[in-house]
Amino acid sequence: MQRRRSLPDVLAGGVFAVIGGVFVVGSLGYDRGTPLRMGPGYFPLLVGAIVTVLGLAIVVKGLLAGSDLPFEAVPWRAIVLVTVAVVFFGVFVRVLGFVPTSFVTALLTAFASRRVRPLTALAVAAGLTVAATLIFIVGLQLRLPLWGW
Amino acid sequence: MDLLDNLVLGFSTALLIQNVLYCFVGVLLGTAVGVLPGIGPTATVAMLLPITFEFEPVTALIMLAGIYYGAQYGGSTTAILINLPGESSAAVTALDGHEMARQGRAGPALAAAAIGSFVAGTIATVILAVAAPPLAAVALEFGPADYFALVLFGLIVSITLARGSPLKALAMIALGILLGTVGQDIYTGTPRFVLGQRELYGGIDFVSVAVGMFGIAEILRNLENERDRPVLLGQVAGLWPTREDRRRIVGPILRGTGLGAALGVLPGGGHVLSSFTSYAVEKRISKRRAEFGHGAIEGVAGPESANNAAAQTSFIPLLTLGLPAHPVMALMVGAFIVHGITPGPNVINDEPELVWGLIASMWIGNMLLVLLNLPLIGMWVRLLRIPYQVLFPMIVLFAVIGTYSLGFNEYDVYAIAFFGLLGYVLIKCGCEPAPLLLGFVLGPLLEENLRRALIISRGDPTVFLSRPISAGLLLLTAAALIVVALPTIRRRRETVFTEDD
Repeated sequence: MQRRRSLPDVLAGGVFAVIGGVFVVGSLGYDRGTPLRMGPGYFPLLVGAIVTVLGLAIVVKGLLAGSDLPFEAVPWRAIVLVTVAVVFFGVFVRVLGFVPTSFVTALLTAFASRRVRPLTALAVAAGLTVAATLIFIVGLQLRLPLWGW
Repeated sequence: MDLLDNLVLGFSTALLIQNVLYCFVGVLLGTAVGVLPGIGPTATVAMLLPITFEFEPVTALIMLAGIYYGAQYGGSTTAILINLPGESSAAVTALDGHEMARQGRAGPALAAAAIGSFVAGTIATVILAVAAPPLAAVALEFGPADYFALVLFGLIVSITLARGSPLKALAMIALGILLGTVGQDIYTGTPRFVLGQRELYGGIDFVSVAVGMFGIAEILRNLENERDRPVLLGQVAGLWPTREDRRRIVGPILRGTGLGAALGVLPGGGHVLSSFTSYAVEKRISKRRAEFGHGAIEGVAGPESANNAAAQTSFIPLLTLGLPAHPVMALMVGAFIVHGITPGPNVINDEPELVWGLIASMWIGNMLLVLLNLPLIGMWVRLLRIPYQVLFPMIVLFAVIGTYSLGFNEYDVYAIAFFGLLGYVLIKCGCEPAPLLLGFVLGPLLEENLRRALIISRGDPTVFLSRPISAGLLLLTAAALIVVALPTIRRRRETVFTEDD
């Protein structure tokens, strides 16, 4: 078999191995119990170990005979903006109120596209805020303050 | 006639005005998200789930189910008209459907898809009604060990049907199960992996997982490479198929329905597999094999019937065993639980209006879909003109608001961001998101039944092998794993999926 290193395989396997490992370490802190009466730590330890092993297997396979996947450029701008937009909503919806928070979230998200013009983004954010207010607050009676101050 | 009584009960529930209305809303939304690339039924159902908490349980489920099979339907429209399958199961439809559209026969292609879907939906609804009660009766005999084996079997089989690397799919399932352990332990109440945050005691909300993995991650994938959409081909004229067309689609529709109904029961991508299989079958038995790929109407009618039939019968494991066969069903399990109903074999006896109302609504929904799609095809086509720059901020905003409204818990919102990023990385690296969600939903069930079985057997692990049902299922699970691992079969499986892709 031809040796083909594959970055996606190694990366995916690494993610699995790390998360599995974290859970294994975490579950060592809980009571494992016996197979008869399993404690809270038994099952996560078992599954965490399986995830870790599978992750390592994917890494090894990726180094020896990886799958050939097209790896397009990572849209850093979109990743950062969308993540910030989502987290912003969680942090500020109670503080600022529904309308301003929705507007900022929509605006940040709209700018995630590299092609968007500032005016278009503003219009989209304004329109979506109105729509969201009508649907969720007026229509569905969501109990959230419209304005925080 | 039990069946008749049940169907009467079902239709009397499904025909209540609010149920018809929300069935209509469901299939309308489903068609819309099926048509629109970049948003699928899973993300939509996840976003709308909070809204349905206000409804009667049966109304909520009717609407959510409508979104699911409506999307299968809408996906074929774009596949035919612009060679852009809105749903993975419509990828096959694009092969011949789009060819037909290029030859100016978009109308008959759309009609063949619509008629096939309707016939398949009708037959599959009857199959569902006939098969559900006996299966639920069998499932009532299941003990914890059997349930454990059944869940494990379902999860493993879903890999054999999924596309992509089986090793990665297996890892995704295990990761989903692992993430499902976050929160309080069911037996001891010990909080696990909550990082000291009270808000995490209830576990990670599966809506956050679904919205992140299927909504946000998908948007990030789309923003990697912003392209213009393909242009639409001319006008759609002359919907009605010719007599020759009508004669040619009868066989494929019936065979597709049979295949779809059988494969739809399997967990995982049953509807995707069934449309691929149906296409392969039609191609093999056709006298006009050369026409396939160049606008053979059989290549549209067969797969479309198959995926619609599968969409209906994939409700069988959900309604009889409480096992979701598809991420959308996993979300519906959540809807059941929110309304205080534990999905499983008891539902069909305890909540007959719910089960039969849902089944009957599928037939009504299929009829609504035909009415909605054929005359209004122009409207759906216009929907494609909505620029993505408007669409994706809308998805993000509504997803965030909807998830937050579930429990006014900001951690649910942070979880969206986390799963969006995790999903993006993993999907980019060739992992499918569906197995993770299935594992996440079924994981707690797996742990609970494992522990309960061992408590009942006083710690004797042979209980899994001494009970015939459990032993049989575990044997099948092992067989499925071997099938996945064997390289020759794997290569064949890949060709099934990549053929003419």
